[in-house]
Amino acid sequence: MNVISGRIPLQYHAPATLKDAVNLLANSKGKTQILAGGTDLLVRMRTGFSEPDNIIDVKHISPMCKISRDGKGFSIGAAVSSAEMSENAALLKAWPGVVEAAALIGSTQVQGRATIAGNLCNASPAADSVPAMVAAGARALIRGPKGKRKVAVEKFCKGPGKTVLKKGELVEAILLPEKPARTGDAYLRFIPRTEMDIAVVGAGVCVTLDSKGVCTAARVSLGAIAPTVLLDARAARTLVGTSLDDPALDALAAACSAAARPIDDKRGTKEFRIHVAGVLARRAAIIARDRALGKS
Amino acid sequence: MNFQAGKDTLKRKFDTVGTRTPRPDGLDKVTGRAQFGADLTAPGMLWGMILRSPHAHARIKSIDTSKAEAVNGVHAVVTSRDFGPCPDDVLDIRENVMARGKVLYDGHAVAAVAATSRSAARQALKLIKVDYKVLPHVTDVDEAMKPSAPILNRKLFTKGLDKTPRKPSNIAERFEFGHGDVEAGMKQADLVIERTFKTEATHQGYIEPNACLANMGSDGRADLWCCTQGHFMVRQVCSALLGMDASALRVTASEIGGGFGGKTTVFVEPVALALSLKASRPVKIVMSRSEVLRASGPTSSTSIDVRIGMKKDGTITAGDATLRYQGGAFPGSAVPYGAMAAFACYDLKAVRAVGYDVIANRPKQAAYRAPGAPMAAYAVESVVDELCKELNLDPLDVRLKNASSDGSKASYGPNFDVIGLRATLEAAKAHPHYKARLKPNQGRGVACGFWFNFGGETSVSLNVSADGTIGLSVGTPDIGGSRASIGNMAAEELGVPHDKVRCIIADTASLGYNDVTDGSRVTFASGLAAINAARDAIGKMCERAAGIWGIPVDAVTWEDGAARPSSPNAGNHEPLTLADIAAQAGATGGPISGHCEINAEGAGVSFATHLVDTEVDPDTGYVKILRYTVFQDAGKAIHPSYVEGQFQGGAVQGIGWALNEEYIYGEDGKLQNPGFLDYRIPVASDLPMIDAVIVEVPNPGHPYGVRGVGETSIVPPLAAISNSVSSAAGVRMTQLPMSPPRLLKALGRI
Repeated sequence: MNVISGRIPLQYHAPATLKDAVNLLANSKGKTQILAGGTDLLVRMRTGFSEPDNIIDVKHISPMCKISRDGKGFSIGAAVSSAEMSENAALLKAWPGVVEAAALIGSTQVQGRATIAGNLCNASPAADSVPAMVAAGARALIRGPKGKRKVAVEKFCKGPGKTVLKKGELVEAILLPEKPARTGDAYLRFIPRTEMDIAVVGAGVCVTLDSKGVCTAARVSLGAIAPTVLLDARAARTLVGTSLDDPALDALAAACSAAARPIDDKRGTKEFRIHVAGVLARRAAIIARDRALGKS
Repeated sequence: MNFQAGKDTLKRKFDTVGTRTPRPDGLDKVTGRAQFGADLTAPGMLWGMILRSPHAHARIKSIDTSKAEAVNGVHAVVTSRDFGPCPDDVLDIRENVMARGKVLYDGHAVAAVAATSRSAARQALKLIKVDYKVLPHVTDVDEAMKPSAPILNRKLFTKGLDKTPRKPSNIAERFEFGHGDVEAGMKQADLVIERTFKTEATHQGYIEPNACLANMGSDGRADLWCCTQGHFMVRQVCSALLGMDASALRVTASEIGGGFGGKTTVFVEPVALALSLKASRPVKIVMSRSEVLRASGPTSSTSIDVRIGMKKDGTITAGDATLRYQGGAFPGSAVPYGAMAAFACYDLKAVRAVGYDVIANRPKQAAYRAPGAPMAAYAVESVVDELCKELNLDPLDVRLKNASSDGSKASYGPNFDVIGLRATLEAAKAHPHYKARLKPNQGRGVACGFWFNFGGETSVSLNVSADGTIGLSVGTPDIGGSRASIGNMAAEELGVPHDKVRCIIADTASLGYNDVTDGSRVTFASGLAAINAARDAIGKMCERAAGIWGIPVDAVTWEDGAARPSSPNAGNHEPLTLADIAAQAGATGGPISGHCEINAEGAGVSFATHLVDTEVDPDTGYVKILRYTVFQDAGKAIHPSYVEGQFQGGAVQGIGWALNEEYIYGEDGKLQNPGFLDYRIPVASDLPMIDAVIVEVPNPGHPYGVRGVGETSIVPPLAAISNSVSSAAGVRMTQLPMSPPRLLKALGRI
C-alpha cells in the first residue's frame, strides 16, 4: 500500500494579473489559499496546521502592491505591508489609528510582510487592524468571477476563521474614505507585553467634531470580546452631542463593557476583558478627540 | 596534581582574568556558522517524528502501527516495545521518553516514526491507531495531594514518613530540614505572619528546541550529535536505555541555544537511536516548540505556606515553611532544594522547612536555574517584606540584621565558609537606585537569594602545539561563556595571550568523564581543572627546559610565559618561552600536554540582592518594570561581561516568571498555551537595561576565588518583583504569575 503517493504536491502560483488570480482561484481543486504577507499562512503550514493544495501569491499583481488615492479616498492594495502603510505620509495623516494598528501586528520583521487585508481575511476576532478599520469606516473591495463588490469591514467576518468570501473571490484592496473635517481616529489594544503578542482586548474610536468641539459623529469598535469585531452603535451614541468630557467618556466605557461578550481563555478572563474594553475605549476616545481637535 | 585551596593566588594580580576579551563564539553565532542541534545532516538521513498523547491520563489498550509502516518512505516505527529492560535508575526516563502501558500527561510520547521526508513522517503519525481508555487526571499540586485524587502510580508509597503508608498516593516523598525550637521562637516574636503562596510552572524558554542526529551501525556502535548540557550524561542514559556499552556510543555536544537546566536530561535522543537502530540509517529528530513546551521538562508548580516571627527591632525569631512541589508524572521535583534554600539567607536559631514531592499529570519537571529555590525564596522573602512593612522597618536593614555570614549555621545544616551576602546588601544600600524617588502607582521591591553551587567530576586536557598555541579540551558544554572564561584562566596560568588558547568541547570518546554543565559548576570546576592542567603542562615544560640547559628541574621556574632559571646559581640561561619549548618538543621528548581529572570540591555558595521598581496601571493591571539592579557575589569575575550577562539573564527570566509566564492547563488536562505566542516570555522591549553590580568575595575553594554565578541570579526576582508590585498596587500579591487579570482582580477592579 502506498498511502501518500495519491497526494498532489503543493502547487505554487504567482499570477501577474487579478484576472488570472481570480481564474486560478475559481478553477482550483482542493484547498486553495491566498498568499500575501504569509505571516499567518506560512506559520500554519510550518506547524502542520494548514496543508493547502494550492497557494496563489498575489504579490506579483502590481495594483495589489500599491496605496492609491483618488479623491474619494484611499485604496490599500491587499499585498501592501503594514510597514509600507507606516511610510505613507498622506495615509498616516488621514488615518493614524489605522496605520498605528497595522504597526502593532507582530514585530518589525513581521510588519515588513504582514498586510491588513490578510489580517482581515484571517478572520480572527483579535486582529489588531480590524477594529481600527471598522472605526474608520473601511470597506473591503472584493474581486471574484462575477466582478467586484464592496463589503463594510464590520460585515466581512462571520465568525472566527469565517468570512463572506465565496468560491473564487479574493480581497483586492481595503478602501478608506477621505477623512471628514475635524475627524480623528485611534486604536488601542491590551497585551501584557509590549509587542509580539495578540490583543486580549482592542478598541477603535473615530469621532467627528463640529467647530465648537461637539461630537457630531462617532464610530466605536471592539476587538477580542466577541466572535467577530463589533461595531457598537450604542457606545457611539454616548459620545455624539458631547464634547467627550468625563461623563461622556465614563458612559462610553460603561457602554463598551456592557457590549463586550467575551470568553475566558488563555489570553485573559471574561471579567478582565469586559472591564478593559471600557478602559481602552475611553483612552482611545481621548486620543481620537485630540486628533480631531488637531492637538496631535 | 592536587590543588591546595588557593591561598597562593587569591590576592595575585591578573593579566587576562578579569578582562573583557572578545567572545570566542561570537563570529560563528552572528554569521550562522555555528552548528546547533538541528544543523547537522548525514547521507541517507531520515526524519524522526513522535506521536504524542492527546490525553492527560489514559491507559493504552493497543497501538496499531501497521498502516504507518506501510507509508511510502517510512523506514521504522518504534513504541515502548522497542525499549528493553534497563537499570532501575533510568526506568522513569525510559517511561518518560516512550509511554509504557499508560500515558501520564498531554504530550507524552507514544510512538515514533522515521521516514525519508518530514511530510511522510507526519502522514505516518496520523495513521498510527492508539486505543486509549481515558482515566481521571489531576494537574494541580494541592488537588493531587488529596486522598480523593486520581492516583497516577499505584506502586508509589510516600517515602520519608515515620511509617510508610499502606495506600498509594501522589506524594512521592517528604523532606525536612532545620534546627532549633520553631514554636518557642514564634513565641518570642512581636509579630508572626503566615501566608500561603502559589506559583505556576514555567519553562526555561531556551530558544533552541531539543534536537539530535543519531547514527547507529549494525555493529551496535553509534554516534549521536545533540544539543545538551551534558553529553556524558546523554551517553550514560542512552547506552543504558539501549542496552549498549557506554564506549560504543560516542556523543558530541552541538552548540547550544540555551539550556538553563532544561537540557540536563534526555527526551528525543534515545528515540532517535532506537529508530536509527531499526532503520539502519541516520535519524534526525527536531522537537517543535509545541513539543518542547508539552513534553520537555518545565519547572514544578508549587503551593507554599510560610510563617515567620519577628521582633519589633527586626530580629527574626523563627521561620517555618511547608513546600509542596508538583514535579510532573514522576518523582524527583526540586522540592528538597527549595526547602534547603528557603531560609538560607538568614542566620536563624529556629528554622524548619518541610517539603513534599508530588506527582501529577504534567510533563516530568527538569532543572531550571537554581531548581526549586526561586519559588521558596518568593514565599519567604514576601513574608519578610510584609513583616518589614508592618513593623515599619527598612527591608535592607532587616536583612543585614539577620543575614547569614561567615561561619553561621545554614538553615539546611552545614556552617557557611566565607560568604558574600552582607556585601551584596551593603552594595544595594549604598547604590543610588535605593534612594531614587518613586511616583504614584510605583513601588520598590527588595529580595535576597541563595544558591549552593556545585563542583563535580571534571576532566580537562590541554595540548601545547608546536607553534606555541594551546588547544584546550573540556567536557562541559558551554551554555554561558565558559569557553572564554576557562580559556582565559589557562592563558593566565600559562602566561600567554588569551587568543593563543582555543577552548573546545570534546566528545565523549576524547576525554574523561565530565558531569553535566549544571549547578553553576563549569567556570569553577572546569576552570579549576584547566588551571591544574596548565600547571601540569608547565611542570613538563620546566622539565624540557631543565634538559636543554642541563640543570635540575627544581632549578627552573615558570614566570610570565617562560621557563627561567630559578636563581643565578642555576646558570645564566636566556628564558625559554612556551613557544620556544613547544618548537623543540619533538626533539626533547615528544608532544607536551597537561591533564587534570578531578572531583572538584569547594564550590563556594553564592548570594544576591535584587532591587526592582515597577509601575502598576490600576485600570488594566499592566506592570511595567522601571528599573532593576542586581547585586551578586561572583567570588572573582573571570570575564565580567559574561558574569553581568548571567546576572541579567536570571533577572529577566525571573521577570517572565513573576509577571506572565505560566503553564495553563484546561479542565481537560491539556496544555492550552504550547507556543511562544501565549506562553509569554518577556520580549526585549518589555525590559529596562538590567544593571549588574558585581560583588567579589573570593571563594577560598578556587585558586582565583571563583564562585558559580549562573543560578543565584534567578532566585530573588520572583520575590523582589512581587514585593515591588505589592507596594505599587497597595495589595499583597500571593500568587504567580501576577498577570494583568490576576492583578486587576486583587485590586478589586473586577
